[in-house]
Amino acid sequence: MKRDYLLLFVMALIAFVLPLVLPGDYYVEVFLFAGINVLVALGLSLLMGYAGQISLGHAGFYGLGAYISGALTAHLGWPVLPAALIAIMTTALVAALVGWPTLRLKGHYLAMATLGLGIILYIIFIQARGVTGGASGLSGIHPVHLGRWYLDTPRRYCYLVWTVVVLAFLFSINLVRSRTGLALRALHYSEVAASTLGIDVARYKLKVFVFSCILAAMGGILYAHYITFISPETFGFMYSVDLVVMIVLGGMHSLWGALLGGVFFSLLPEVLHRLEDLEVVVHGLILLLVLIFLPGGLVGIIEKVAEKIHGNP
Amino acid sequence: MVILEAREVVKSFGGVKALKGIDVTVQEGTITALIGPNGSGKTTLFNVLTGVLPMDGGKVSFLGRDIGHWPAHKRGALGMARTFQNLQIFQEMTVLENVMVGGFRHTSSGFLSGGLALSKARREMDLLRKEALGFLEELDLVQYKDTLAGELPFGLQRKVEIARALALKPQLLLLDEPAAGLTTKETISLARFIQGLRERSMTVFLVEHDMDLVMGISDWVIVLNFGRKIYEGTPLAVKRERSVIKAYLGEKRAQG
Repeated sequence: MKRDYLLLFVMALIAFVLPLVLPGDYYVEVFLFAGINVLVALGLSLLMGYAGQISLGHAGFYGLGAYISGALTAHLGWPVLPAALIAIMTTALVAALVGWPTLRLKGHYLAMATLGLGIILYIIFIQARGVTGGASGLSGIHPVHLGRWYLDTPRRYCYLVWTVVVLAFLFSINLVRSRTGLALRALHYSEVAASTLGIDVARYKLKVFVFSCILAAMGGILYAHYITFISPETFGFMYSVDLVVMIVLGGMHSLWGALLGGVFFSLLPEVLHRLEDLEVVVHGLILLLVLIFLPGGLVGIIEKVAEKIHGNP
Repeated sequence: MVILEAREVVKSFGGVKALKGIDVTVQEGTITALIGPNGSGKTTLFNVLTGVLPMDGGKVSFLGRDIGHWPAHKRGALGMARTFQNLQIFQEMTVLENVMVGGFRHTSSGFLSGGLALSKARREMDLLRKEALGFLEELDLVQYKDTLAGELPFGLQRKVEIARALALKPQLLLLDEPAAGLTTKETISLARFIQGLRERSMTVFLVEHDMDLVMGISDWVIVLNFGRKIYEGTPLAVKRERSVIKAYLGEKRAQG
């Protein structure tokens, strides 16, 4: 399993080189947004792929991070770092308050609760005009800077985003290799057996859910302070669904599925936009084909190819 | 010394009373068997004792602690391990990982120290791995250590469950029909294995249908029928007891 750290190194290397070689800011920006998707998808992958719990409201947590951090800088003039920390802590608290009662129940109550919460948060983003700017959006969000050095070019910001992605992957890889990862996978396959072996199932589910929401909030914060203008539609139910599609597409059984799924999903519209009217149809068709014919997702294909070459998984 | 004691345990499912006030005592260092016809409440009693199901009334004490309303994980953490009649294996985890989960209560590193890969977290995983390998060796499972547990045949999955339960290093091991689906030869080696556990001063409490196994290894046998304890005694006494024969074979056969 040293393989994961090697892959992480390769990913970090690619993330370092790509912004230097990509032809122009537009592509760097695509790569930057892909990184944000990957970060949020990574959290969902831990929650769904490892612990087997479904969230259909991650867009809400993504939005919560973006709006809280954004509003604290735009309205109150806070520096970005404390605003981001407050946004992360608040999101974690909301996640815990929703997760605590629902995760004690067996079955997919979390999916229902998060679905509802996602919709409620979306409505709040639209209605709380004084704070969020309502449907017309929140502008004047501060960009990120270190002293007088502003991360205001796509390339600079891209490095910030992918640094966070690499660190989040490092933490997550460590986590799944620890006793916590063991417990999460165990409760995924049998909550009863896990609990009789001394694992506090509800508590572990809550921990991974909160962590997953923190990664979503971090994604939202990174998004808000780059764009400096956010509006509610970015954080609607469709994005929650997109995130689930990303990790299924990439392969749910592996954290790397979040990387491949997130990047693939982000690049697909760039490739397809030439098709104009047909774009939506082809987009849907590709996703459908991958989901039907590749149950292991994109990671599954790579694993199969590697198996053929090396003769071992 | 008494290791497990249940008093007046009651459990209903809807209107059906599965356990109608059962008293059970398990002495430390013994092999105690729980027998009875299908539907007599054996597995339900196991589920209540291990906290898998909440009980409706009664008292349960284990190692001198009143655990009747504890959640399952706290009972496990205190030193009670079990296997399942219908197997609760972690299917998509390797055999080694399955058994490593068994040692969970002997580790303590948290979410952060796991994510930051602090040395304590890594040491604990190394220890879990090493000990799990020991239990795999004991149960002749080493060759399957990297196989996904769900891909093993039934008999081997049973063994994985036993290894996983042993990895908890329990004071009390509850086995729910460990011989179900095993061949005669496998059952004989299982019997020898369970007796070996007693020699290691582990207490074993088992539900079993295979009467040769039960009579061969048990120190004490408890008989349930229709949610009530109808008899308990040594294997020899149980074999002779009319009420037990009646419960198993019906009224007429018992008389004839």
